[in-house]
Amino acid sequence: MKKRLLALSLLISNGVLADTAYVTNEKDDTISVINTETLKVTDTIDVGMRPRGIIFSQDFRYLYICASNSDAVQVMDVNTHQIIHNLPSGEDPEQFALHPNNRHLYIANEDDAVVTVVDTEKRDVIAQIDVGVEPEGMAASPDGKWVINTSETTNMLHWIDASTQTLVDNTLVDQRPRHVEFTDDGKSLWASSEIGGTVSVIDVATRQISHTIRFKIPGVHRDKIQPVGVKLTADGKYAFVALGPANHVAVVDANTFEVLDYLLVGRRVWQLAFADNQTRLLTTNGVSGDVSVIDVDKLKVIKTLKVGRYPWGVAVKP
Amino acid sequence: MFAHQLYKKATAGLKHTLNFVKSRRVARLTLFCSLCLSGPVMADLQIPIAYIKQVSDESVVSLSVFQLPQNNGVAGAKLGIEDSNTTGRFLKHHFDLTVIEHAQPADLVAATLSWLKGNQGVLVLDVSDDVLQLLLSSPETSSMLMINATNQSDKWRQTQCRARLLHTAPSYAMLGDALGQFLLAKRWRKWFLVLGQSASDKAMAAAFERASKRFGTKIVERKTWTFDTDLRRSAQQEVPGFTQGDDYDVVLVADTDNQFGFYLPYNTWLPRPVVGTQGLTAVAWHPAIEQWGAVQLQNRFYDAYGRAMTADDYNGWLAVRAIAEGVTRTGESDPNRVYDYLTGDKFELAAFKGRKLTFRKWNGQLRQPIPLAHAHGLVSQSPQQGFLHPVTDLDTLGYDKPEVTCRMVKE
Repeated sequence: MKKRLLALSLLISNGVLADTAYVTNEKDDTISVINTETLKVTDTIDVGMRPRGIIFSQDFRYLYICASNSDAVQVMDVNTHQIIHNLPSGEDPEQFALHPNNRHLYIANEDDAVVTVVDTEKRDVIAQIDVGVEPEGMAASPDGKWVINTSETTNMLHWIDASTQTLVDNTLVDQRPRHVEFTDDGKSLWASSEIGGTVSVIDVATRQISHTIRFKIPGVHRDKIQPVGVKLTADGKYAFVALGPANHVAVVDANTFEVLDYLLVGRRVWQLAFADNQTRLLTTNGVSGDVSVIDVDKLKVIKTLKVGRYPWGVAVKP
Repeated sequence: MFAHQLYKKATAGLKHTLNFVKSRRVARLTLFCSLCLSGPVMADLQIPIAYIKQVSDESVVSLSVFQLPQNNGVAGAKLGIEDSNTTGRFLKHHFDLTVIEHAQPADLVAATLSWLKGNQGVLVLDVSDDVLQLLLSSPETSSMLMINATNQSDKWRQTQCRARLLHTAPSYAMLGDALGQFLLAKRWRKWFLVLGQSASDKAMAAAFERASKRFGTKIVERKTWTFDTDLRRSAQQEVPGFTQGDDYDVVLVADTDNQFGFYLPYNTWLPRPVVGTQGLTAVAWHPAIEQWGAVQLQNRFYDAYGRAMTADDYNGWLAVRAIAEGVTRTGESDPNRVYDYLTGDKFELAAFKGRKLTFRKWNGQLRQPIPLAHAHGLVSQSPQQGFLHPVTDLDTLGYDKPEVTCRMVKE
């Protein structure tokens, strides 16, 4: 306890204490651990086959890892970096979302056109929900009412009522929806369409598209602008959109939906995560095998660091 | 012990849990919502699609390795139906496939016209030039939507295009340009062309010659394959002499029916790569494609049919997916409305080739990147970097708008 207090006081006196970022390397079957202050890889951990989606429990004690080719969600003890057990996940888990109840994981099973709901305490499947072809992105609303899944070939957002585990509505979006993200107030939902080249902003109350955001980078063919990862700042100011093979992250004004800037990062930028109290944004760059670090205040890329082969997912622990 | 072996050990105990998950799926706890979609109210729609397949009545396979699966093409269309019905259940759209197969052109055409009498549907065509000509000249098809999934003849895209006739199959010219661009990118400019004697061999060779002219490469030799003996035991003696020449960068072969091209690799006079219809080939699809999420489609196909997905399967899948996309987005089953959507500005299709596919309004051809592959691997994908076009670099493959003399205007 004393130690903790000491650490806490250090944190307060220093103002900043480094976060720890965990990056899944899809082709290496490993996780790279990054100290966000020194921006160095401090550890590389062997995990299951083809790790992709990655998420922390709310208390940051556990790290859940989609080991797609092992057909499992692995649970890692964050203190020891040991895999302590696997959760039943259905086949080929790719992305997932943790419900605000900190207990139910909603897992997209890409090969089976289902979403599997797992109770992380009982380590039991509590429901499987039929969705469209190639389910991919997952998000839970902040109030816990909705869980959204995207299906890449059906091109829909599927609205799952978390109280009944049933699919109650669908919203058609542009080609190959990959990722969904709720705003902090839960009023809107941002969905990226990789092949459509757009981001749809959906009004949660009506479940209708309210805005469609398009991107244009001089010198980059429009077909190569393929939005995947999306992150929204808590202050409601910015949205960041990873543009895949366009090798840029778009900065969007979250209120006017105007694209403010494009930041050049590594090759095939995939997923995003904030660090250091949202002052930094990390990007996984699959083809170049590195992570770019963006200064959120200055909107500048400050560093790129090498991780494993095909970095995919990223999660950050304060 | 390697990490993945350790991992396999660790997951062995998980098997029973997974089996449990699978058995639970039999009695899903939940219902999917088949009635709802935010937006316009959707009505029940039935969309009949017929797959018209001209089967061969003679066996011309030179080696059993070239034997095509019986359900070649059909299996792809069926998977397209399955994928589309998974989507359709959320919208109350149901897609239904009828397969019509005959060897004789007259029988096939008669069966097709008879199906059209009972169905306001769409035709997916897997037929020769002759059958396509017969179908196009029947008044019954003049207002029907037809999607050609396998025929590669350039005339249907350049001089004889027609409203409501679309093509998911790439043409010979597109394949020739795709390969030609790659050869140019490699600076392999001197081509030794070997062609067979069939009409399709000549069409393929003409596409290679067209590419050579467009890209400024040189055909240093042009030879027709005339051997009529079985070379299985003597290719090593015969092929070097046949390919003797001063200098060439590649041997370019046009053998569309796999009659002799397979004798050429490793047997050429000069140690040069063989490209064309054998060796490095330009193809609509290949089992080695795993990029751009394609591994999901490959797995889905393999699980359903127990074999790899061929180019014909892929083009059949594309045809059905295009129709379904038209129905999903318009909420209508009328083939004319679907056609308008497919050739309109809003249509785009995600199809595991790394970018959206659209139809060329001026000849009905689906724009698409063309993979270049050898037997077990993907080498490249055209258009190659640096081949520019004012509209889209995809239009550097095949006949471009100014070269097309026919018109797609509706009668």
